Amino acid sequence: MRIAVLSGKGGTGKTLVSVNLAAAAKASTYIDCDVEEPNGHLFFKPEGVQVEEISVKIPKVDHELCNGCRKCVEFCSFNALAYIKNKLIVFDDVCHSCGGCILVCPESALTEKAKVIGKIKKGVSGEVAVWTGVLNTGEATGIPIIKKLLNADNPQGDQLIFIDCPPGSACIVMESIKDADYCVLVAEPTLFAVHNLRMVYELVKLFNKPFGVVLNKCLDEENPAEKFCFENNIMILCRIPFDNELGTLNSNAEIAVNKDKKYRDMFSSLLKTVLREVQHETTTNP
Amino acid sequence: MKIVIPVDEKTLESKVCVSFGRTPYFLIYDVETKESIFIDNSAAASTGGAGIKAAQIIVDNKADVLLTPRLGENAAEVLKPAEIKIYKTITGSAKDNIDAFIDGKLPLLDEFHAGFHGHGGN
Repeated sequence: MRIAVLSGKGGTGKTLVSVNLAAAAKASTYIDCDVEEPNGHLFFKPEGVQVEEISVKIPKVDHELCNGCRKCVEFCSFNALAYIKNKLIVFDDVCHSCGGCILVCPESALTEKAKVIGKIKKGVSGEVAVWTGVLNTGEATGIPIIKKLLNADNPQGDQLIFIDCPPGSACIVMESIKDADYCVLVAEPTLFAVHNLRMVYELVKLFNKPFGVVLNKCLDEENPAEKFCFENNIMILCRIPFDNELGTLNSNAEIAVNKDKKYRDMFSSLLKTVLREVQHETTTNP
Repeated sequence: MKIVIPVDEKTLESKVCVSFGRTPYFLIYDVETKESIFIDNSAAASTGGAGIKAAQIIVDNKADVLLTPRLGENAAEVLKPAEIKIYKTITGSAKDNIDAFIDGKLPLLDEFHAGFHGHGGN
């Protein structure tokens, strides 16, 4: 079972929720798909980490064969190619690896070469398998790394998988939630957070995913994110209080569930709610 | 000699556009004939790599000189082999900048910013 944790904006508590859910579930897999700034590993401190480089295919030019027809230059939606002074120039960092230029070249002057864009790290922390995707700075997209992470053979395949998504609602998030059985949306009590919650809310509805919201950093005063949930009949899975103690544990890269029974109870209860919801979903919408 | 300037409007009095890659128009000014041509920048709406495509347009229009407030490093990579000289504009209209260039008052632009590539920027 795959549970994706996402939010429209960064800093709402995706990693707090997904790390603690995985720790509460014990035997599980935590997958950090936030490849631009993965930080789940800071909490888990995994051991026995194995590293695998991830590469994509980018075009390589044979200048002898290129006749300057510019079909590739015109084709490329990302403008990764330019033809200057009778020479084709490829901008590796701008290329999105679609392979189109190679297909349209009538002279077979373009071939593929591999370019490393990042890596995957797999380690273990107690009973939790910790997988992390890392995108090298400046690369166009982390989607190939996420694909590799989510399609990899999982020896604990029948266990719970928690996917810590990148922030936002762009392609990279779609790739992360594509095969999820349930989506947990994390939101803060601010107007800005509501704007971003609406974006991921629309996304999970578009993908027809069962979902619920975790309200994080809850104060006694009015909560715009909660109001949004009421207005749209969205299930609230859990309210995490604005809590200095929890904040301090988290800032010190401690897993709250492993430090204090009250947090263990809170995240265990959230996990139970999520599992019940998924069960319910599979019964009513098989 | 042909001078190219990114401009906000299709007039010599137009301001110089703050963006090279995403400027709506380019002014191409021929110093010998004093003729001005305005072309649409088809790179402006690009998903990415606007600077590269805009630079390709400049090269294809056989420009000798580019006057711009700033330039990305990818666009600079395109203009370098084409031997287009790049000068930094001053406040004022496109015409003011052409005059300043002819009088030798514009400095060479030799610092190029890194691409934004969807990471924001200003």
